[in-house]
Amino acid sequence: MKPEKPQTPDIVGIPPHHKRAFGLVDARFVKPALLGALTRLDPREQAKNPVMFVVFLGSLFTTALFFIGLAGTLDAPLSFIGATTLWLWFTVLFANFAEALAEGRSRAQAASLRAAKKSVVAKKLSAPRRDAGITLTTSTELQKGDVVLVEAGDIVPGDGTVLDGIASVDESAITGESAPVIRESGGDFSSVTGGTRVLSDWVVVEVTANPGEAFLDRMIAMVEGARRQKTPNEIALTVLLVAMTLVFLLACATLYPFSLYAARAAGGAPTSLTVLVALLVCLIPTTIGGLLSAIGVAGMGRLMSANVIATSGRAIEAAGDVDVLLLDKTGTITLGNRQATRFLPAPGVSDAELANAAQLASLADETPEGRSIVVLAKERFNLRERQLEEMHAHFVPFTAQTRMSGVDVDGRQLRKGAADAIRQQVLEHGGAFPGEVGALVDAVAKQGSTPLVVSELASGRARVLGVVELKDIVKGGIRERFAELRRMGIRTVMVTGDNRLTAAAIAAEAGVDDFLAEATPEAKLKLIRAHQAEGRLVAMTGDGTNDAPALAQADVAVAMNTGTQAAKEAGNMVDLDSSPTKLIEIVAIGKEMLMTRGALTTFSLANDIAKYFAILPAAFATTYPQLGALNVMALATPASAILSAVIFNALVIVALIPLALGGVRYRPDSAEKLLRRNLFVYGVGGLIVPFAGIKLIDLALVALGWA
Amino acid sequence: MKDTMLLQSAVYLGLLTLLAWPLGAYMKKLFEGEYRWQARLEAPVWRAFGVSPGDEMPWPRYALGLVAFNALGVLFLYALQRLQGVLPLNPQDFSAIPPDSAFNTAISFVSNTNWQGYAGETTMSHLTQMLGLTVQNFLSAASGIAVAIALIRGFARREAQAIGNVWVDLTRATLGLLLPLATVIALMLASQGVIQNLAASVTVPLVEPLVVKEAVVDAAGAPQKDGAGRAVTRDRTVAEQTLAQGPVASQEAIKMLGTNGGGFFNANSAHPYENPNAVSNLIEMLAILLIPAALCFAFGRMVGDARQGVAIFAAMTVLFVGMLATLYWAESSANPSLTALGVDPGLGNMEGKEARFGIAASSLFATITTAASCGAVNAMHDSLMPIGGMVTMLQMQLGEVVFGGVGSGFYGMLLFAVVAVFVAGLMIGRTPEYLGKKIGSFEIRMVMIALLATPFLVLLGSAIAVVSDAGLAGLANPGAHGFSEILYAFSSAANNNGSAFAGLSANTPFYNTLLGLAMWFGRFAIIVPVLALSGSLAARRAVPVTSGTLATHTPLFVVLLVGAVAVLGALTYLPALALGPVVEHLSLFGIR
Amino acid sequence: MKQTAKAILLPCAKVFGALALVTGLAYPLAVTGLAQALLPNQANGSLIVENGHARGSALIGQPFSDPAHFWGRPSATGGVPYNGQGSGGSNLGPLNPALQAAVAGRVAALKALDPANTAPVPVELVTASASGLDPHISPEAARWQASRVARASGLPPAEVEALIAAHVEGRALGFLGEPVVNVLRLNLALDARVKALRAARADAA
Repeated sequence: MKPEKPQTPDIVGIPPHHKRAFGLVDARFVKPALLGALTRLDPREQAKNPVMFVVFLGSLFTTALFFIGLAGTLDAPLSFIGATTLWLWFTVLFANFAEALAEGRSRAQAASLRAAKKSVVAKKLSAPRRDAGITLTTSTELQKGDVVLVEAGDIVPGDGTVLDGIASVDESAITGESAPVIRESGGDFSSVTGGTRVLSDWVVVEVTANPGEAFLDRMIAMVEGARRQKTPNEIALTVLLVAMTLVFLLACATLYPFSLYAARAAGGAPTSLTVLVALLVCLIPTTIGGLLSAIGVAGMGRLMSANVIATSGRAIEAAGDVDVLLLDKTGTITLGNRQATRFLPAPGVSDAELANAAQLASLADETPEGRSIVVLAKERFNLRERQLEEMHAHFVPFTAQTRMSGVDVDGRQLRKGAADAIRQQVLEHGGAFPGEVGALVDAVAKQGSTPLVVSELASGRARVLGVVELKDIVKGGIRERFAELRRMGIRTVMVTGDNRLTAAAIAAEAGVDDFLAEATPEAKLKLIRAHQAEGRLVAMTGDGTNDAPALAQADVAVAMNTGTQAAKEAGNMVDLDSSPTKLIEIVAIGKEMLMTRGALTTFSLANDIAKYFAILPAAFATTYPQLGALNVMALATPASAILSAVIFNALVIVALIPLALGGVRYRPDSAEKLLRRNLFVYGVGGLIVPFAGIKLIDLALVALGWA
Repeated sequence: MKDTMLLQSAVYLGLLTLLAWPLGAYMKKLFEGEYRWQARLEAPVWRAFGVSPGDEMPWPRYALGLVAFNALGVLFLYALQRLQGVLPLNPQDFSAIPPDSAFNTAISFVSNTNWQGYAGETTMSHLTQMLGLTVQNFLSAASGIAVAIALIRGFARREAQAIGNVWVDLTRATLGLLLPLATVIALMLASQGVIQNLAASVTVPLVEPLVVKEAVVDAAGAPQKDGAGRAVTRDRTVAEQTLAQGPVASQEAIKMLGTNGGGFFNANSAHPYENPNAVSNLIEMLAILLIPAALCFAFGRMVGDARQGVAIFAAMTVLFVGMLATLYWAESSANPSLTALGVDPGLGNMEGKEARFGIAASSLFATITTAASCGAVNAMHDSLMPIGGMVTMLQMQLGEVVFGGVGSGFYGMLLFAVVAVFVAGLMIGRTPEYLGKKIGSFEIRMVMIALLATPFLVLLGSAIAVVSDAGLAGLANPGAHGFSEILYAFSSAANNNGSAFAGLSANTPFYNTLLGLAMWFGRFAIIVPVLALSGSLAARRAVPVTSGTLATHTPLFVVLLVGAVAVLGALTYLPALALGPVVEHLSLFGIR
Repeated sequence: MKQTAKAILLPCAKVFGALALVTGLAYPLAVTGLAQALLPNQANGSLIVENGHARGSALIGQPFSDPAHFWGRPSATGGVPYNGQGSGGSNLGPLNPALQAAVAGRVAALKALDPANTAPVPVELVTASASGLDPHISPEAARWQASRVARASGLPPAEVEALIAAHVEGRALGFLGEPVVNVLRLNLALDARVKALRAARADAA
């Protein structure tokens, strides 16, 4: 039942194994749900759902009629009262079962998420010193106030503050910016974020937040409390359903005096109370009333199977309404890291020479950028990868101080780095930084790419070999995806720290509707507010502490699980996969939940027409036999007609449980097309299906000799 | 006959559209105060009233003002009826109206219902007709228009606290819209033969003097009995015909234009002095739906998207054509029980119809008057065929949203539109919005209160009447038709229509009181939530329209809206209708 | 609270009073003045005046039961038929036995006076009009009575047919309403012809 989205796999953030962890109606959940259906017969539980409460009271009423009948005062034939009562109770139980089933599934999903949560090894220190004793533990075990050592290659186990040391940290998983940042104790750069990777050196970090465990707990609590805390739209829909219930209550209650008049005017007996209760239960929107809370719980469950934890049901609903998606450039629109695309040699240097030097300088560089330089050199100049050990080369890793990396081989020092770092190095060694290279650097930057300058220091003479262009690669299929979003009426806005030129170039290539360049947290917040002032609903993902204000402002704010605690607190969802494209998935899930509600409401009300045709002629069979002309289904007897309608009404709840749990499929399409399709399927279908269903049940009753 | 039916209907709808379109534009500018002449002409009026168009009101104040205005109208009209015996312009010396009837009539005219438990020509003085009934014909219509305009403002405004000034809206509706139109229509009607004078009556000789039997009464006024206990009668020769007179054209014009429907004469627009020929009939029919139709277009213009108004208009037209076709089909088939007596079946059901209108113009009029909350009749609805009567009843029960009453039909239709949008909005995967305004639980609550009010009054009122002796006492017809009469009475009162299955003798304390209450709550239990809805919507910001939002100007939306009205209406009233007109139809045609 | 009440009630009373005077007195009186000045005949009841005497209203029907006259619609007005002060219909539903009884009586009365006429009875002649004052019947209903009227009045049938034809009023603009015959006007014309014929016969005699 999961919507099949015509999209490229790398856009969907869900690894396949997370999808549909269990079947819709898994045997594991059926048994406890059956039990749950019974325990929910508690009137206090029933009273929480006004529509089903009416059914509950109706069932009690006919049960009383049955016992009064046993005592001798018959409202209708005893067997008829008995059968009707039985099926009314089934109606109540089926609705209870649906709810219990949805909760059971969601709870199990939450539990499996808790078990599957990724943890990393943490080096816990006994004292805030590098040389203190180390205990190995997992990140999930860490508590606020613990002190850990993080060395080159380690993943920071949790949000924290640097107490000692200095390190370059790759925060690209969070910020999307591939350039490493410096983290040191004291000052503005002392905080580190869980999930980021230390590239060089070491730091001692004090953990400042308990890991995201709390969100799971909150989520599980929400699943269990879903029936108690209704979302705004659920409340509005409930008002509508209660109003419809009142209308039918009125129509059925006044039918009794009307039938008294009819009986006096035309003879015959007034309609029995059992029939009126049966009519009432058939008419009130039990289908949606019985499944409404299951839909909400199942919506959260589906979100969880996408590895997203929502901290408010309201956010899921808002997801369906999102008009604007703020998408981080890196990781969402472009591949996480830049790739080398061109070698641009300095004057007097050949392409091959530059490529050769760049490849050598990158051989030991395991970053994606480094790998891409090696690969490009191999592709373009057929330069084989060489083994550093064989060449007795000495690898110089990137450090925060030098901001360069490279290799020393055969007396040559090859370095690559940012233009200003290389310029400084070349000038220090008496070399020159040619104006042509400066021009190349500017040209590359203008095209939205990053220039990397390569230098050589040989026999005391430093020279610039040229520029390697590192380009942001727009993900395959993303353009089509954005076009689809546009059709759905959702604007996409790319957010990047790049300058305007770079941003514009990438935005145009990716086909986003708008972009925010040189994005600061303030600019992001301002953008969200501006969109909201126009009445739009904004969704975004964020991770850093400085995203917190924007996350708090956004209507759907997805915090990365790798993000800081502040970000998670500010957002209303947490993505355990930390996938920046998850937003698109979340929007679809939100829409599916709303669509399911609308579809079942329409279906429920449309069903009533057929039920009238079944019950009205039967209810007035003795007073107005002419009304038999309305018995278009040619139901066998008045009793079988009414019973068939009641049975259909109960069974349709069970039949629709899979739809309620799985959701109505959302296909990215214009509103007009969606409405036409759903109106046809659930509106027109809802008119026709019960005619067939009631007739079939009637035939079955006749065949079984019960009619 | 079919050809003229098609032609008459087509010409009617064509003319209606043609006239309503510019009127809609005029109304938009009038109520927004955009005409330059308004500033000049209105300034002294505002000064005299001590109000200002700039003094905008939040919805509670608007509602309070409106209710106070109408309550004052009830008091004034009640007093006028009770005192008419001692007031001038009473050439026929009619005495005071009894309290229960005066109560019923006061509410009836203030609530735009114009249900008439009394016979106009033998009860009300000219002064009461003019200063009482005619005034309320204007003011109740103006109240409806004001509410509709206020609701439109709710949709049109963004993050606003106020929905307009009730005094300004009432004054503009009365003096800027109703009065000039009514004057023109009154003169057009007078030119066709609708009377307009202040005389008591005119006496003409009968060509064939009549001899009638008359009960002999003794000095105490009790009928004398002969020895066998039979009433003693004597022959009386009637040689003259006394024709009631009065200022009819002026009242007729506003009775139609304001969808009031309260006739000067008992026979209402079937009376030749109210509706002398087919041309006056066309003018009256156009007058009924003119403002309701124009409100659709005014709505489109006020919310800045004319197509929105056209969609509402289209939905109303679709429903109208369906209702008209059904009613015409029913009336053009002859009553089989009369055919059996040797009556020519070719002309259809002519009982209670006028020869000059025939089946076609009568069907058209009956559809129009119950589509609107007008309730004027040019044929007697009680004598309609069962399905014909059902159509008129159903139209009222739907809340008169097929064009509907001035103002009330339009805001009623918007209530249905909100419900339709709510369910449809969910089906496209968004929380629902209409014209950019999110429909939250407060809005739905108000809409449902307004939509529930009339079914509540109709069904409960009918239920009380069919089980009480006082309720059953007034029935003129036995069996299922008697039930239809009661159901019709409450449908008509609660929905402020005012037409009747007139066989029900409703001028009794029981019906006067019960129907009076139904009329009052049928009016204000809708108006107040509608104004609250307006206030809540006005305060909301607007959601921009994208391809992901539900378009409310497309044919699909029209289908949806028509479906919502039909399904909700049918679901509420199907059982009751089955026991009345449906049973009658099946019996009449011997269908088993 | 007091202030709110004043802010509402004061304009309420002013607006109501002013609008009531304008719409309740000024408007009807102005329309009366205009109508009396411009359209005096219509405004005063469209009376048929012969020799300075009103003979009836062209718009209001009269009761006829003389076989020598054309009959109009049955009338269900209060007290007497065609009561100009008590308009209204029968309000009988289509299934009402009283309706069947009334129609059966009318059919019998019509057939008794014209037993040779076997055509189905025109429906307007046996069903009550809405107002009880309907001045019209269809041309077919008039023609159905032609033989009886000719016989009873002594006019040649052709002349009766010609009178009917002369009194047929077509649909307005060709499509509005139905073609009708004004029964009062037709009978007045008929009476005039009968009178003229009798006078001529008396002269001849």
